[in-house]
Parts: sequence; C-alpha cells; structure tokens
Amino acid sequence: MKIHIRNGRVIDPASGFDQTADVYVAAGHIVGIGTSASDAPKDFHANQTLDASGLAVCPGLVDLAVRLREPGQEHMATLETEMHAAAAGGITSLACPPDTDPPLDEPGLIEMLKFRAKNMPGPRVYPVGALTAKLKGERLTEMAELHEAGCIAFSQADARIENTEVLLRALEYAKTFDLPVWLRPQDAWIGRNGVAHDGVVSARLGLPPVPVPAETVALSTLLLLVRETGARVHLARLSSRAAVELVRAAKRDGLPITCDVGIHHVHLSEIDTADFNAHCHLIPPLRSLRDRDAIRQGLADGTIDAVCSDHTPVDEDMKALPFQESEAGATGVELLLPLTLKWAKETGLPLAQALGFITHRAAAVMGVPGGNLRVGGPADLCLFDPAEDWKVSAATLASLGKNSPWLGRELQGRVRYTLIDGHLDFKR
Amino acid sequence: MMSTPLQLTDDGRLKHLLTLEGLPARILTHILDTAQSFIAPDGKEIRKVPLLRGKAIFNVFFENSTRTRTTFEIAAKRLSADVVNLNIGTSSQSKGETLLDTVANLSAMQADMFVVRHASAGAAHLIARNVAPHIHVVNAGDGRAAHPTQGLLDMYTLRHFKGAFHNLRVAIVGDVLHSRVARSQIHALTTLGCPEVRVVAPRTLLPRDVESLGVHVFERIEEGLKDVDAVLMLRLQNERMQGARLPSAGEYYKHWGLTPDKLKLARPDAIVMHPGPMNRGVEIDSAVADGTQAVILPQVTFGIAVRMAVMSLLAGGQA
Repeated sequence: MKIHIRNGRVIDPASGFDQTADVYVAAGHIVGIGTSASDAPKDFHANQTLDASGLAVCPGLVDLAVRLREPGQEHMATLETEMHAAAAGGITSLACPPDTDPPLDEPGLIEMLKFRAKNMPGPRVYPVGALTAKLKGERLTEMAELHEAGCIAFSQADARIENTEVLLRALEYAKTFDLPVWLRPQDAWIGRNGVAHDGVVSARLGLPPVPVPAETVALSTLLLLVRETGARVHLARLSSRAAVELVRAAKRDGLPITCDVGIHHVHLSEIDTADFNAHCHLIPPLRSLRDRDAIRQGLADGTIDAVCSDHTPVDEDMKALPFQESEAGATGVELLLPLTLKWAKETGLPLAQALGFITHRAAAVMGVPGGNLRVGGPADLCLFDPAEDWKVSAATLASLGKNSPWLGRELQGRVRYTLIDGHLDFKR
Repeated sequence: MMSTPLQLTDDGRLKHLLTLEGLPARILTHILDTAQSFIAPDGKEIRKVPLLRGKAIFNVFFENSTRTRTTFEIAAKRLSADVVNLNIGTSSQSKGETLLDTVANLSAMQADMFVVRHASAGAAHLIARNVAPHIHVVNAGDGRAAHPTQGLLDMYTLRHFKGAFHNLRVAIVGDVLHSRVARSQIHALTTLGCPEVRVVAPRTLLPRDVESLGVHVFERIEEGLKDVDAVLMLRLQNERMQGARLPSAGEYYKHWGLTPDKLKLARPDAIVMHPGPMNRGVEIDSAVADGTQAVILPQVTFGIAVRMAVMSLLAGGQA
C-alpha cells in the first residue's frame, strides 16, 4: 500500500521541520518527505492520495497512559472501542497501565493483551507491567519474564506501596535488569481518603482533602531512592507546584529522572470542582491555579518531559454519584490533541514545540520508536484540521467513556486521518 | 459561585435550598422574616398554617438523623403538608439501587419536595440537578458540605437575641474541618454582614485554607473568645476524640471546651449556641449548657419556624 499525502503542513517536532510538504508512505514506512514533485521517491505510484490541504501532518501521537479496561473491566470499555477511540484521537502508540482486573502481573496476561491488540486496528500497544503482585505492594512480580513478554516498564498505577522496604527492593531489582519503573508519587497515608485538593474549594465544599504533601513526601522518598539505587524512574502525573520544583532541582543535580503530567492538569484547577462536578474528580486531584501555572511553567522550561491523556473511561452510573463517591478519572484519548493545541494557543507556545510533548518526547520516555517523521521510519502519522471546532459530547466521543470535564464545551482541532504502520486505521 | 444558579430560578427566587453560599442577603433575610411570622409574639409558640395543604413532602434520609428528621416533619405538619419519611440508609441503597434511581422512583410518587440528608458532600446538588422540574430539594445536611437550615436557624437565633449582624463578633468553636454546620454558619454570617467571624480550633480540626472563607483563625480559645458577642459551639464526633487529630477527649475539653471561666472572656451579654446533640464535658461544660447565657433550646424552637419558612417559600410559590 502506497499513500501519497499531499500539500499538508508537515510538522516534525523532533527535528523542528514545519512547512507545507508532501509525505510518501510505502510498506509501512515513510519513504519520502518533500516540497516538490521531484522529492517523490523513484517509481512511487500511490494507491491512494490524501489531500492534506489545510491539515497538519504530524507524527502519530504517543500516549503514556491509556486504560483499555481489558482484562476484566469490560463494563467500562473494551479493547476494541478504546483502540478505535485512540486512533480517532490520532494516537499511534500507547502505554497501558497495569490496573486491570486482574492486574497485568503475569506474562500470560501480557501476551494475551498484545495478541488481542495486534489483531485489531488501532495503535501499537505497549503494556506496563505491575511492579508488585496484584499491585498490593508486597511481593515483586517476575519483571524479567514480564519484560520478555512485552512490558516496557513497571508501575503501581494508582495503587500505593505502603512498605518502603518493598519499594526500595523493587527499584533495586528493576535496576538489575535496567528496567524502567513508572511511579506516581503518592504517600501511603496522607490524604488516603481524600478526593479533592486541600485548598480553598475543599475548604468551602467540605470535600475530603488530599494535601500537597501526599505527593511531595512520596516524591522526596522516591528521589532519595533513585539516588541510592540508580534505578530508571519515571514520575507519573505530577500535580503540584512543589512537586515540579522538587523535580526541577533533582534534574539540575543530574538525577536521571523523567516525569509527565496529565493533559487535564495543564488546563483545569480546583475551581472546576466548585459545583461538585464528578467529571472533575481526577487522580491526582485538580489543584490550585498556582499549581496549574507551575505545571505550565515546568513544561515550558523542560522540567516536565511529556503530557499524557491518562485516559480513564468510566461508565455513567459511576459518575452519577456525589463527588466523593464517584469513580475518579476522565476519558482522554480524543482530547489529548485538541487540549494540547488549546494550551499552545493560550500560552503562545509554537505548535511544533507543544506537539513534541505528545510525540517524540513521550516516545523517548517510553523508549519506543515513533513520535517523529523520519524517512525510513515507521509511517505512524496523524493528520488533523487545526481549525475545526467541535463540541465534546457523548455523541462526538468514540470512547465508551463519556466522562469528561469538557462535555458540552467546544474545542478546536480534530483528527481527520490516522495512519499506523502505513495503514489508514482511522478517517473522518 | 457556580452553585448559586442551581438553587435559584431565572428571576432570582429560591428553587432549592442546597447551600447558603452564594445566596444573596435579601433571600436569607426574607427567610428569617418569614420564619418570624410563624412565631407568636411570646417567641415560643408556633402557629399552624394551611400554606402547604395538599403538598407531599418526602423526608429522604440516606443517613440517619432522628432529630433533624423530626424537626422537618413537625415543620411540614405545621404547614399542613403531607409528610412521608423514608429511611433510605436501610432500604434500597443497600439493595444496590443507585441514588438517582431512588430519586426517580420517589419522584414518580407525586412528591412536591425532597428533604435530603446524605453522608456525601454534594448529594443534594446531584439530586437537585436530576429531579423533575416541579420538585424542590432542601438539603438537610450533606457530608461536611452544608446544613443550610441549621445555619439559618442559627442566624435567626442570633438576630433574635442580638438584633442585627453588622456589629457582631462571633466565634465558632470546635471541629470546623468536618462540620457542615460551621460552613453554613460562615457563609450566612459573611453574607449577612457580620464583620468578624472567628473560628477557634486546633490546626488539626481546621481546613487548610479556612481563612479563604473570610474568617479569622484562633488556635487558642482564650484568645478566640475575647470580647465576642456569641459563641457557636460545634459538636465533636466521638470517632474524632482519639486519633491522629486529637489525643483525647480530656485534653480537648481542657483546651477547647467551653467552661464558665472561658466564657467570662466573652462579652458579659454573649450568648452560647450549640446545634446539638451536645457532648457535655467534652466541648461544653454543663454549667454553661444549662447557664443563663445558653440559648440552645430556643434554637430548637426557631429551627421549626425556619424550616417552615424554607418549605413554604419553596413550595408555597411565594418566595
């Protein structure tokens, strides 16, 4: 299958390339990028031509956290629906956290997931294995074997590790095989039953609070353990200004860490929870505007390496509950791109730079190919109309998760075509 | 903020009573005035009126509270309404029915008003957002968030004994962190123009950003009570008396319990209020609770009039 993508605004965040050009795809690879007909590869006869006039052509998006809800949580979403939704969001590679039911803690589960995903259209799926058995924080998983089965990293998702001895040994053991560990800094006790930032809104509404030290105490512990063990640690879903500052200082000291934030935390704050909107019940909680601004600053100065959707489809019944009883999380794969564009627009960040956080930088964190436009590289591409306005609603979201703080709101930028491995896996 | 429009109609009348936050002073005052009209001049007897004849009021209590439910029931009966008491905590919820399913079912039973008590903050808002348009929702306490009729009856009591709000210094003493009563009191006091609202508690019983509510924080009761016109005591829940927030009921009593000696620091004509039920010897000394400055029993009587006012303004179509 040869595809000729004509006349799009071709943006490669990794190289900084940003101009109107044609992209030539053959046998799953990019075989040419050029501004004139003479740049076409020799004897290239397209089976299909995509007119990309008015569209941006960028690397397929790379998402560090997409809950596909399989195995075991098919009442909330299925592999098939969420793979399709991810493709509809322009995502061509994704990492899925281990908080399935049962958790991804055995090689058989990883093999099954990879096998199932491979046989349906949609992004490349990179499972993240459980760091401890059943995510209980007690016994290590067979990391080496899980890695062989396809796990790219190990994590606890949102489950706590109470026992810091186990945490220390898990990092040491992972380091033995040089396996990356992705952890969301979260103290085992502080704010354990909390659902909202410990700030002005929770003071008003009486929502059980999650104080900032819930994040920073755990983060400080992790940073010390990274110094001690030399383990490759990625810090997931930072939410507070204090945490961004800790990471900034640690990076300045040369600690080999990376970190990410969820896209909702780039935009929203505790203010959005002020009417008990359960769609704004997220983990970690939306914090103050100061915290949100610190996250934006951390992205601008490179402290934060990547932005992810933290896609968490939740069924309607579990959101139609009082805030503190509702299931946390928001659907995200179809909002990652428009919300990234919105952030770029609001902060004046060049488009190519903003897209970097959801393409090559995220791929670098994951340690997987993709996320860039390179002749000879895989043809994972996202073609989107940066000017198309669309309203977020149950009808416009392909994901089975209709849970979004953005329901009813207009966003700009919509994916038109997604190519994965040279296949046109999605078009609108 | 965003909670206001939900409880007001487009032309600014009260549709639901969910929280006192964001309600304009004119509505709060109107409720207090209406309550006053139900009380005989002696301040004790409450008249029976036919304002809600033929209306069905459902007390929907997802969390048990015999006392609050009873005052709503009495208030509804004084308005000549039909009252149905439902203790949901022990029925459908435990059978797995969702909150909104329960509400939909009750709506179909020709209800005009739901009086809702729930253990989770925001439950009354959720219900108000999902009921049929003709049904009014009164929040009878949701989690730690709000207890608006309690806040209103406290305002009534203050106004009754002190006349006005603009020259009052009020201290709220106790577990503010977990208290829906305190939140409603604070919103009402700041809206009604009380110039100095104090909260008095150890740091462990205060929300981190409590100052943002417009209150002054005093950790020591000796300073917090100085020259106040009213002391609003809060109940300390049994399960909070020993743990990470407080070492013991005894130490709490020693440092934050209201004793006659501490009360002397307040103005000589200061009144003492308590939402009940009281823990004598924990947050309040019996000599104070039964003393001449306590107005705890009048609070209960006023509570009925205030709840009558709220229900009649909502369902009587004259708000």
